[in-house]
Amino acid sequence: MKDFIIPPLDDRDMGTPARTGEAVTLTIDGFEVKVPEGTSVMRAAAEVGISVPKLCASDNLEAFGSCRLCAVEIEGRRGTPASCTTPVAAGMVVDTQSAKVRKLRKGVMELYISDHPLDCLTCSANGDCELQDMAGAVGLRDVRYTAPEGGGLANHFTARDTSGQANPEWLPKDDSNPYFTYDPSKCIVCSRCVRACEEVQGTFALTITGRGFDSRVSAGDSSADFLTSDCVSCGACVQACPTATLQEKSVIEMGTPDRSVVTTCAYCGVGCNFKAEMQGDQVVRMVPYKHGKANRGHSCVKGRFAYGYAKHKDRILNPMIRDTIDQPWREVSWDEALSFAANRMRGLQDTYGKKSVGVITSSRCTNEETYLVQKLTRAVFGNNNTDTCARVCHSPTGYGLGQTFGASAGTQDFDSVEHTDVAIVIGANPTDGHPVFASRLKKRLRAGAKLIVIDPRRIDLVKSAHVEAAHHLPLKPGTNVAVVTALAHVIVTEGLMDEDFIRDRCDWDEFQTYADFVSAPRHSPEAIELLTNVPAAELRAAARTFAAGGNGAIYYGLGVTEHSQGSTTVMAIANLAMLTGNIGRKGVGVNPLRGQNNVQGSCDMGSFPHELPGYRHVKNTDVRDVFKEAWGVEIDPEPGLRIPNMLDAAVDGTFKGLYCQGEDILQSDPDTKHVAAGLAAMECVIVHDLFLNETANYAHVFLPGSTFLEKDGTFTNAERRINRVRRVMAPRNGYADWEVTQLLANAMGAEWAYTHPSQIMDEIAATTPSFAGVDYALLEEKGSVQWPCNEDRPEGTPLMHVDGFVRGKGRFIVTEYVATDEKTGPRFPLLLTTGRILSQYNVGAQTRRTDNVVWHEEDLLEIHPHDAENRGLKDGDWVRLASRSGETTLRATVTDKVSPGVVYTTFHHPDTQANVITTDYSDWATNCPEYKVTAVQVGASNGPTDWQEDYAEQAARARRILPAAE
Amino acid sequence: MKVYVPMDSAAKALGADDVMEALIKAAAESGQTVEIIRTGTRGMIWLEPLVEVETGGVRLGFGPAIPEDAATILDGTNAKALGPVDELDWMKRQTRLTFARVGVIDPLSLDDYRAHGGLSGLRRALGLTGQEIVDEVKASGLRGRGGAGFPTGIKWQTVHDAGAPQKYIVCNADEGDSGTFADRMIMEGDPFTLIEGMTIAGLGVGATKGYVYLRSEYPDAIKVMRRAVDIARASGVLGADVLGSGCAFDMEIRVGAGAYVCGEETSLLNSLEGKRGVVRAKPPLPALEGFLGRPTVVNNVISLATVPVIFEKGAQHYADFGLGRSRGTVTLQIAGNVARGGLFETAFGISLGDVVNDLGGGSASGRPVKAVQVGGPLGAYMPVSKFDAALGYEELDAEGGLLGHAGLVVFDDTADMLGMARFAMEFCAVESCGKCTPCRIGAVRGVETIDRIAQGDADALPLLTDLCETMKDGSLCALGGFTPLPVMSAVTHFPGDFARSKEAAE
Repeated sequence: MKDFIIPPLDDRDMGTPARTGEAVTLTIDGFEVKVPEGTSVMRAAAEVGISVPKLCASDNLEAFGSCRLCAVEIEGRRGTPASCTTPVAAGMVVDTQSAKVRKLRKGVMELYISDHPLDCLTCSANGDCELQDMAGAVGLRDVRYTAPEGGGLANHFTARDTSGQANPEWLPKDDSNPYFTYDPSKCIVCSRCVRACEEVQGTFALTITGRGFDSRVSAGDSSADFLTSDCVSCGACVQACPTATLQEKSVIEMGTPDRSVVTTCAYCGVGCNFKAEMQGDQVVRMVPYKHGKANRGHSCVKGRFAYGYAKHKDRILNPMIRDTIDQPWREVSWDEALSFAANRMRGLQDTYGKKSVGVITSSRCTNEETYLVQKLTRAVFGNNNTDTCARVCHSPTGYGLGQTFGASAGTQDFDSVEHTDVAIVIGANPTDGHPVFASRLKKRLRAGAKLIVIDPRRIDLVKSAHVEAAHHLPLKPGTNVAVVTALAHVIVTEGLMDEDFIRDRCDWDEFQTYADFVSAPRHSPEAIELLTNVPAAELRAAARTFAAGGNGAIYYGLGVTEHSQGSTTVMAIANLAMLTGNIGRKGVGVNPLRGQNNVQGSCDMGSFPHELPGYRHVKNTDVRDVFKEAWGVEIDPEPGLRIPNMLDAAVDGTFKGLYCQGEDILQSDPDTKHVAAGLAAMECVIVHDLFLNETANYAHVFLPGSTFLEKDGTFTNAERRINRVRRVMAPRNGYADWEVTQLLANAMGAEWAYTHPSQIMDEIAATTPSFAGVDYALLEEKGSVQWPCNEDRPEGTPLMHVDGFVRGKGRFIVTEYVATDEKTGPRFPLLLTTGRILSQYNVGAQTRRTDNVVWHEEDLLEIHPHDAENRGLKDGDWVRLASRSGETTLRATVTDKVSPGVVYTTFHHPDTQANVITTDYSDWATNCPEYKVTAVQVGASNGPTDWQEDYAEQAARARRILPAAE
Repeated sequence: MKVYVPMDSAAKALGADDVMEALIKAAAESGQTVEIIRTGTRGMIWLEPLVEVETGGVRLGFGPAIPEDAATILDGTNAKALGPVDELDWMKRQTRLTFARVGVIDPLSLDDYRAHGGLSGLRRALGLTGQEIVDEVKASGLRGRGGAGFPTGIKWQTVHDAGAPQKYIVCNADEGDSGTFADRMIMEGDPFTLIEGMTIAGLGVGATKGYVYLRSEYPDAIKVMRRAVDIARASGVLGADVLGSGCAFDMEIRVGAGAYVCGEETSLLNSLEGKRGVVRAKPPLPALEGFLGRPTVVNNVISLATVPVIFEKGAQHYADFGLGRSRGTVTLQIAGNVARGGLFETAFGISLGDVVNDLGGGSASGRPVKAVQVGGPLGAYMPVSKFDAALGYEELDAEGGLLGHAGLVVFDDTADMLGMARFAMEFCAVESCGKCTPCRIGAVRGVETIDRIAQGDADALPLLTDLCETMKDGSLCALGGFTPLPVMSAVTHFPGDFARSKEAAE
């Protein structure tokens, strides 16, 4: 019971998880109740509003039966069974309030309190403590246990006894974790934290050590503290703790919150809902929202704790301008900054033509903001020069799934995983990149589902606590198409495909062509073994497991898309799903794990240069007419420039001005030197961001941005789920991002007059068929909806392609493997692939400005012991990492997680600039960069490269800010 | 000449190995050809080491033997001669069904085992369906000998009826109760009977795999059981083709790590799975979701070791013994301050007084008997006034007692019952798994509260009574739930030991 919160919805804890099954009728305290078979007596009681006292039960954990407070009496049964562990039975007559159980509860509470410090008034859980609540609920008025003379009363909360002797049962507080503390003296050993770590998060970092009175919660063995343990700081234990034992440091410092607002996390594409718990406009803590449909009450270290960047000192709160990038910044008023920017952009267009300027929309900003930015270029600049960071991550997903299925998005919701029997995870590392989804997948794996991992690295899912992949195919980077096509080869040649599904749902002629293609011996596992390094027998076994294993779901990430054949792999995956009939129901599907919170939304909103909102090509007159009608301007029928084209054009001198909202292309895009050259060649770069990011080093105008806490809007997650983002505090910079874009547009002569993002959503709905039914009222009512949401599907679409593919018949597309031009050789014998780590996010602009840095202070290069030995490298050595594009230095970590011949690093830190190394190769269809394959050499080094030193110097110079003019 | 020397660990503790060596030496010196056969114990611990010499087909006993007796035992002149062992009063008065072979045969000789009726129960079971096997056990009236007394056949029926790709038979050999040793004796003295019983259980319920969870404190039993399993497997008793029937059953011996609470079946299953030995809430019953979540029969050693004789002689033969709802025989373990301690198997129904005074011969110290704790550390202290109570599950329960695993520990009049009550709480505090609050905190508070009673604190006794009620009604398993039984029986029957005044304490 969290009595200080006014819940927006009923988020009472029902005690035990919901069940499904035949209805059973029973009587509790004279009230008749009908619940599904398998429901606990406790939950059944809660259904009729009767709260049986409890401490160890929670409805996100299986019943445990340890606290014994929830005892009830049942007619015809002996004793006082625990209501949490007793399932209902038809006709059962339960008494939750008999004199016997009332006395028992009081007796148990008396024992609890006899081992608990009575410092409630100064306790950090004061007002938020279930132990306190239960002591009240059972009417405990006296604790009669006292010490015998000459002896002590055994307890865990006094450091020393009355004679000054140290109490061996007392343990000091562990505050090693930056976000929460573990105070053993407050612990009631209910095991909720341990169970949450196991059942919800699936990390198994916590345990109970000792037995009897010595039972203690412990993060691993007794020598480990929380920080050095396996704990991933997801917060599930803190949330589960009924007392002050595991407590957010922010609550300890600030006190209990007085209100809460449900909003959506601004990190990865899982799109977790959180309750921002507030005091006034101060966030006390972020708590995962129980009714969040993507996260179902779970969270990771980023969403749960890493929101402090909003108040970081580096945050820029005032607009700034400068004439040239070698000058220091000058803080100016919004008016001055906007007119400076507007004049420059208009001037550039006057001089160099209408198409000499463009925009980059942000996958971190809201749908409404993204919509306005592309509207800015289309309606105000008068061209289609808009692109987004999806270009560098999931553009092949949009293309590949659009071609095969007819819709550029994942087919499922996250709940679907609960029905999966065999999952393929390819080119994704969910435990780090999409942790909350990973926890949901691991839960299903622990329940018996099988897992096939296709990844060059031995990611944690391959083998971790109580999870082990049935097959791991450690392919050579760049050979996805060969491997996935070989899986299809096995399925087709061994007759394992779902012919009924194919005949019914797909184009049979195209399938015939495809089947002929894929059956060719050159696609057999044996034929590609040398090329991919994947043992043929293992690949065959994996194919059989997937084809014959029941509901098969494929989850993939940027390890699929960020390749020269990224789009081809997406299509190969789609083929595999159609081949095995794994589309159109729960538990199956093709599921791209989106990198950023709103990358799906930014694509939906028309961020691409060739597509208007809703993936409709600009060449189509009817589509342009819709927007002409709405915006009152002609839409350019020619597609605009993609990001790489903008940069090329800038170097060529034809592209001169850029408005870049919420993206750091200099750090995140490939071939940093080329990006830098392109930016340097522009005459007006407007960066709209929270911080002076790397791109801002080349900017002339800096417009301060707002965080997700400071604005209203919507994010669309990887499930196509449109989630509400709600303003919990005023923008520290003065304006929400949509307001800034509107101000800029109006400074350039537009006459936009939006007063709330809901009006922007109304415009989106009016112009975009898949959003036709969406408005803020519906989102308030439903919490969230998944597009398409329109007349046909007024409540949205959890599963796509249920009765037929969006495009009609599913289309098999031939997927010939073509090796990337990026090849290893004597100069660059190793393959570099890149990825993400749990505690950091993308370029790290946010997470590096939080305490998450304790887990990842710098990017490290993973290298196999053989390769390290050959080069005389040891763990922790500085190494030089070089490709034909450039070189950088970082420290090495020697691990067999990577195969020999493969090295791996993250790109979270600008000091490393991993993208100095990556090349300009890209996906043939979408230009998505080939981040995941770069031929490199690694050698010993003394420290930073010249490039890094030059860069650091330039960055420092570019970030100078003059004091504001008085 | 055949000479039998027990290798039971109780006999060994009393010097059986030294006696055997002396016998070998004496035989060599006197030039006699002596075949020494190691056996289990006959259960008369006060006579151990009990050497038996076979003469004309009759086994003559000598004991308690010491090495110096060797030569005279061999020449038949030893003054400790007891005559034919089978004719001893202790032996004649027993109904040895479960323990028929213990002390008689070489525990690791499968031939010996067969020659004494072994495997005939299994052969009969192989001709029956699973349901017929379960029905036979039901008809025998066999109840769980571990202490709870739950009808074995009904438990088997649940497992039999559960549909699952794999089922298990788990033998609870974590015999941790003080004053009990029947499980150990039968595992050391007749291991094949346990193997046979588990195999029949497997056939009955459809389980193909068995585990014996054996406490680490029984190194001899572990050794014997492991060897016996190897022999049984090598001889085709265990394995993919049990006695050529085409039915599969195999088993393993797993060793515990010293926690009393792992004798509780759900903790045992957790421990067997490699997890912390904490109690699981029931439901789900182990019969439906037991070892690794599969339907599992968890039975005590004696329950399973009694199964072969039921099939050998028929359920009715077994059921004909006993009293009320307690059918068959009880394997009494008589220990503590008692003149004649040991194992005594007899039909249910014998009175407590007969066991203590007649069989046991009163206290070893010669002082008057004050109390008997029946059923292990969680059993009640029975005063002499209750000695008419008949030993049967319901009969003893009616007198406020608990038959449990049928261990009896005798105390003379010097015993301080407040101290014994404190010990019961302390035992619970030491052995608690720590999962449920009444046991985890309650046992510690119990010790402190009894200390307050000892100091003459008048508030403490009502508090102890309340605490015992909380523990009894609130605990998750029998450890916390039954600890109040010895405590409150001591308080109830020996109030004088708790009536301390402040002055007296000081």
